[in-house]
Amino acid sequence: MLSVVVFLPVVVALGLAALPATSAPRRYTVPWVVTGLVQLALVAIMWLRLPAGGYGFVEQVAWIPSAGISYHLGVDGLSLPLVAMTVVVFTAAAVYSLREDRRPKSYVVLFLALQTVSVGVFVALDLILFFLFFDLSIVFMYFVIAGWGHGSRARSAALTFFLYTFLGSLALLLGFILIYLAATPHTFDIPALAAQNPLAAGGPAAGAALLAVGLGLAVKTPLVPFHTWLPPAHTEAPAAGSAVLAGVLLKMGTYGFVRIAMPLLPASWRQFAGVVVVLGVVSVVYGAMVALAQTDLKRMIAYTSVNHMGYVLLGVGAAGLVADSDAQARQLATTGAVTQMVSHGLITGALFLLAGALHDRGRTYDMGAYGGLAARTPRFAGLFAVAAFASLGLPGFSGFIAEFQIFTGALGATPVATAIAVTGILITAGLFLVALSRMLLGELRHPDAPGTPRPFPDLRARELAAIVPLLLLATLIGLLPRTLLDTIEPASRVLNELVAR
Amino acid sequence: MVMMNEDPTTLVPELALLAGAVLAVLVGVWTPRRRQGRVRVLALLAVGVALVATGIAATKPPSTTFDTYVLDTTTHAVRAIVLVAVALILWWSRDAVAAHPRESEFTALVLLGGLGAVLMAGAGDLLLLFAAFLLASVPLYALAGWAKTGATTEAALKYYLSGAFAGVTMLAGTTLLYGAAGTTGYEALAEGLATGAAAPAAVALVAVLAGLAFKAGAVPAHFWVPDVTDGTPPAVAAVLTTIPKIGALAAVWRLLLAVPEAIVPWPLLVAVIAAISMTLGNLAAFAQTSVLRLLAYSTVSQVGYVLVIIAVAARTPQAQPALLFYLAAYALTNVGAFAVVAAHPARTIDEFQGLGRRRPLLAIALVVCLLGLVGTPPTAVFVGKLTAFTAAFDGGMAWLAVLAAVNTVASLFYYLRWIAPVFRAQAQEPPEDTGESRTARSGAVTAAALSVVLGVAAGLVLPLFTTS
Repeated sequence: MLSVVVFLPVVVALGLAALPATSAPRRYTVPWVVTGLVQLALVAIMWLRLPAGGYGFVEQVAWIPSAGISYHLGVDGLSLPLVAMTVVVFTAAAVYSLREDRRPKSYVVLFLALQTVSVGVFVALDLILFFLFFDLSIVFMYFVIAGWGHGSRARSAALTFFLYTFLGSLALLLGFILIYLAATPHTFDIPALAAQNPLAAGGPAAGAALLAVGLGLAVKTPLVPFHTWLPPAHTEAPAAGSAVLAGVLLKMGTYGFVRIAMPLLPASWRQFAGVVVVLGVVSVVYGAMVALAQTDLKRMIAYTSVNHMGYVLLGVGAAGLVADSDAQARQLATTGAVTQMVSHGLITGALFLLAGALHDRGRTYDMGAYGGLAARTPRFAGLFAVAAFASLGLPGFSGFIAEFQIFTGALGATPVATAIAVTGILITAGLFLVALSRMLLGELRHPDAPGTPRPFPDLRARELAAIVPLLLLATLIGLLPRTLLDTIEPASRVLNELVAR
Repeated sequence: MVMMNEDPTTLVPELALLAGAVLAVLVGVWTPRRRQGRVRVLALLAVGVALVATGIAATKPPSTTFDTYVLDTTTHAVRAIVLVAVALILWWSRDAVAAHPRESEFTALVLLGGLGAVLMAGAGDLLLLFAAFLLASVPLYALAGWAKTGATTEAALKYYLSGAFAGVTMLAGTTLLYGAAGTTGYEALAEGLATGAAAPAAVALVAVLAGLAFKAGAVPAHFWVPDVTDGTPPAVAAVLTTIPKIGALAAVWRLLLAVPEAIVPWPLLVAVIAAISMTLGNLAAFAQTSVLRLLAYSTVSQVGYVLVIIAVAARTPQAQPALLFYLAAYALTNVGAFAVVAAHPARTIDEFQGLGRRRPLLAIALVVCLLGLVGTPPTAVFVGKLTAFTAAFDGGMAWLAVLAAVNTVASLFYYLRWIAPVFRAQAQEPPEDTGESRTARSGAVTAAALSVVLGVAAGLVLPLFTTS
C-alpha cells in the first residue's frame, strides 16, 4: 500500500510521457490533480488504520543485502502527518498549475517525479533509501527552477541550490556510512540501528557522524549560516515550485533530525543539544530580522521560512537537554516541532501561491509597487491577510499550536534561548503587518509596466481552489488540534525515550 | 592453495577475442566495402561466445592456468565488463565506421585492445603483465590514428610517445623487481621481497605502476588523455578511456595485493595518487568548453575514485566488490556519455543548447550518464561510490573518503555546466541535422538505462563480486 502511495505519481508520469508534447496543458495537469486526490484518499485510509505504536504499513524487501541495504518503508506518527501535508501541498500546486502553458508536459512529469521522491523521503526506513529520495529531490527541483524560473538569474540560482544542497547530501552520506560501520552487523536499516544504538558511547566517531549528518540536514533545513541558497532559489522558482520547495523540501531537513539524528545518535545529540538550540535561536532571530528588511515579497516569505525552521530546531534541541527538563516538557517540544513542520508547509505553501498569483497580475514581487489592493481584489487581500496572520502564529491557526508547544516545552530547559526566540514572533508579527498595510491598504496602486494585463483581476476559481484548502487546513488544525496531536504524540514519546536512553 | 592446470579451454574468452580479431581482418579483406557489416556481426558473435564462456568459467573454483594466468572473481568480472563494453561500443559505433575504408580494422583493433585489457587483469606474473600491457597498447596506438585526419595523427603520436615512455619505464621496473625478488610470479613475490632489499623493490614497484598509470590515465601519466580524447572520433575515444583503464586498474589491484605493505608502503602512495587524480581531473575539467575534453578530465577524476578503493585493498574485505562494481558502473556510464557525443554533431557545450527539445530521449540519456558519473542514486556509480567510501572509512582512510566526497560536489559543477544548456531554448533553429547517428543514440539510451538497472540491481550483482 505504501509503495502504491509513493510510486503512483511516477507511474502516472510515465503514462503522461507517452502523450505527444503538443497536447493541451489540461491533458497533463488534470491527471496530476487526480493523482494527488487519489494519493490523498490513500493517505486518509492509512491515517485511520495507523497502529497505536511502532511503524504501520511496513514493507521490507532485501535490496543490496551484502551492503545491509533494504527497501524498507513504513509510517508512524512522525511521518504520516508530513506525508499528508506533502500530498496536500502538491495537490494544491497541481490545481494552481492547471493552466500552465510553458512546456506543460515536462513540467507535470517533473513535478510528479518530485512528488514521488518527496513522499518517499518521509516513509523511507533505510538510510540509503532515504538518501536516494533526498538526492533525487534536489535533482528534480534543480530542473524545475532552471527550466521554469522567472528571470535570467534562475539558472545561477538553480546552480547554487544544486551545489549547496548536494554538498549537504554528500555530508549526509558520509555520516550514514559512519553510522553503518559502527553497527554490528553492518546495516543501514533505521529501526535496526535505533534498536541497536551502535554509537551509544558517544566519543569522536559519534560526534563526527552527528556533525556530518547535522551539516547535511542543516543545509537542507536551512539553518543560518547555511541558508544562503534559499532566497535566490525561492525568488527565481515558479510559484508552484516555491510552494513545494518551502512546504515540502525544507521539511526533509528537519524530518531528518527527528528520524535519523536523534534516534540513531542519542548520546551525541544530548551532548550537542545546546549547539542545536543556539543554531535554532540564531535562525529564528536572524531570519526574522532579515525578512523585516526585504522589499521583495518572495524573499520576505523565504526568510520567514528560515525563521520558522529555527523554531523546529529549538524544539528538537530542547528535547535533547535531558538533564534540565522532565519527560513531559521534552515530549511537548518534540510534538510542537513536528506540528510546526506540518503547519509551516501548509501556510508557506499558501503564501507562495498567493505571491505567484500576485506576480501573474503585476509581473513583479516588489511590495512597493502595490497598494490598496484590499479595495480592488478583496479575495486576494482576505486570503493574504489570513495567511499572514496564520504565519505569524496568531491563536486559532496551526502555527500557534506548534509554537506554543515548542516554547512551553523548551522554557524549562533553556529559558534564555526561549525568551530570545519569542522575540522572533514579535518581529514576524511586525513584518507581516507592515507588508499588509503596504500592499493592501492605502491608495490603489499596481504596476503598470508594459506586458501586464490591463485590468487587475481578483483571484480566480482555480487559484482559490488551490489556496483556500491549505488555509482551511491550517485553521482546522488550529481550532481542533487533537486529531493531529493524537497521531504525533505517541511517536514523539517513543522518540524521546530513544533520545534519553 | 589454488588449483594449477594447463587447460586451454580455460582461456576460451581470450581465444574467442583473438579469433574474432584475426577473422575480422581476414574476412574484412575479402568483403566489399559496403558489406563490411558482416565483420561487425562476426566480432559481436565472438564477444558473445566469450561472454558465455566467462559465465561458465565463473561457476568454477578459482585456479591458475599455465602458471601465470589467474582465474578468479576479478578476472571473470573484468572479462565480463570489458566484453560488455566492447560489444556496446562496436554496436553503437556502426554509423561512424560503416563504409569507412578501414572499417574491419576498427573492429579488429577494438577486439585486440579488449584482449589486452583482459589479460592485464588476469596476469599473475610480471612478464605476462608486460606482454598484456603491450597487447593493450599497440593496437590502441593504431586505433588512435585510425581516422587519419590531422588531429588524430597528432593524438596517435602523442599516445604512442607517452606509451613508449611508460612501457620502457615499466619494463625497467619489471627487471628491477625481478632482481629484488628473484621471481616474476606474484605468488612468490612476497616471499622473495622479504629476503631482498626494500629500496630497489620500492623503486621497481613505482616504475611498474607508472606504466599501469599510463594505461589507466591516472595522474601523473594522464597528459595524453585530453588530447587523445579530443583528437579522435568519439567511438575511438570511448574505447581508449574505458577498456584499457579497466584492465590496468585491475592489474594494479592484483599486483599491489602481492606486495606486502610492510616492505613497500604502497597504500599511502596510491592514496596520494588517488587524491591528486581526482582533484586535478576535476579542476582541469572546470574550464573546458569542448565536451570531449571535459569527459577526458572527468575520466581522470574517475580513476582517482577507483584508486581510493585500491588504496585500502589489503585492509578491508569490502574493497574487492567495491572495485569491481565501480569498474562495471564506470564502464557503462562512460560508454553511454561518449555515445551521446557520438550521436550528435555538437562538440562544444554551447552547441548542445536546445538538445532537450529536439532529441528529448538523448538529452535524458545524457543527464542520466552525467549525473551517473557524479554518483546520484539510483545509478550504478552511486552504489560504486557508496561502497568505495565505505571501504575507505573501513580501511582507515577517512580523509580520502571526505576528499572524494568534496571532489564529487566539485565535479557536479562542470557536469551541470553541460546539462544546463541542453534544456535551454535555442535562439535559432540549427541549419540542418546532419551528422546525427541513430545507432549511437540508441547506444546512449541503452547504456544509460543499463547504468540505472545495474544500480537498482546492485543487490544481485555485488554478491557475485564478493567471493574470491
